[in-house]
Amino acid sequence: MVTIDDLGILRDVSYDGATLVVTITPTYSGCPAIGAIRADIDAALRGAGFDDVDVRTALHPAWTTDWVSAEGRRKLHEHGISPPTHGATATTGPVPLTLSLPTRLLTCPRCGSSDTRETSHFGSTACKSLHRCRSCGEPFEHVKEL
Amino acid sequence: MTDPSTHTDNAYESLAEADDDARWAYGTGFDDPLAGVDTSLPAGVDGTALAAYCLMLADDALIMSQRLAEWSTNAPELEEEVALANIGLDLLGQARLLLARAAAADAPCVPALPDGSPVPAEDALTYFRDEREFRNVRLVEAANGDFAASTARLFCFSAWRLGILQRLRESSDPVLAAVAAKGVKELTYHRDYAARWLVTLAQGTDESRRRMVDGLARSWPYVGELFDTHPVESSLAGTAVDPTDVRAEFDDALATVLGAAALERPDAPFAQSVGGKAGRDGVHTETMGHLLAEMQSVARAHPMGTW
Repeated sequence: MVTIDDLGILRDVSYDGATLVVTITPTYSGCPAIGAIRADIDAALRGAGFDDVDVRTALHPAWTTDWVSAEGRRKLHEHGISPPTHGATATTGPVPLTLSLPTRLLTCPRCGSSDTRETSHFGSTACKSLHRCRSCGEPFEHVKEL
Repeated sequence: MTDPSTHTDNAYESLAEADDDARWAYGTGFDDPLAGVDTSLPAGVDGTALAAYCLMLADDALIMSQRLAEWSTNAPELEEEVALANIGLDLLGQARLLLARAAAADAPCVPALPDGSPVPAEDALTYFRDEREFRNVRLVEAANGDFAASTARLFCFSAWRLGILQRLRESSDPVLAAVAAKGVKELTYHRDYAARWLVTLAQGTDESRRRMVDGLARSWPYVGELFDTHPVESSLAGTAVDPTDVRAEFDDALATVLGAAALERPDAPFAQSVGGKAGRDGVHTETMGHLLAEMQSVARAHPMGTW
């Protein structure tokens, strides 16, 4: 199971007086899973006997795929999802425009071939892009660097 | 909330655990997207002005997102449909945070609803404001046109908003700065996507090139307004971004894309304001009323509704 800790979504767990405070951060501004994640944390903790629970959002610093742990990357790969490779570089000046598709080749999480192509930069969820492997012919998803 | 002991024919019911309604409640079941975030006003910042500024940025994203959503089931290819929906979702997320920020900065800016209404502030602002209260630039409200026109508009919008949000990362309001820091990463993807399609269509067939030329011409009249400084922006120095600062960067990105596309920069005149007022003052084009009618009618018919 890939956990919210593996993904870097879970930022902190601590007590504020008697209240158990869990701090999470959204991956993308519009990630629709954040509501479900919040509800699941709340339900799991109450089910485990914690009655005074507060799930808080932290917007700063912004989530980055650099926070996906080595364990998280391994598990994503195991589930057939290509993990993010490197964090997006922080910029202060104008963000350069990229007109060509990325030339960096990803490794197919199913057969290990690097003969893969990006099909679309936007996949089934906001955080993933779509790719296909030209060796085994299978499509796969990649958690894109952010 | 469904009583799990009651039998229904709802096909989705078996998918949800008994305590799991939040997963399916996309509507009034939303938590405040700023839950747990410190929304106190920074020293010296006027709450009413900050809320007015947040509504400008929120409405740009909200209305653009609504137009992008219209491509669902209509895009030329499934991959583009998914891409446009994803981009719209990012913008909708930005809009939610900004609407919630506006409500936290100045509660009276949220339309009053009947006592006991379950509608959260972000939804009240989205569904219960009238056209004159929307602060978006006119570029985003124009009808989609074809895929080329939508691409041209998305490029202009993304290139402009990316420049704004980049600078907004330094805002004296930590909430705006945090929303901007995330948004910059998202808009970088959006602008690249639109730029690649712009070049692809311009360098494709005679027909696709003609459509891209027309598409650019269609959006161009509303590009001028993007760089007009509004009094609200001037009054929030250090918190808001002056859009004139973004002009050079926008022109550079546009020149790069037009160069790759072998297209001329459009030279059509910019659309006039009406008595000195435009989108930022709530003066919109004819299409805005139709857009709002479609977006708001269900929520307005059920102000006490829960879903």
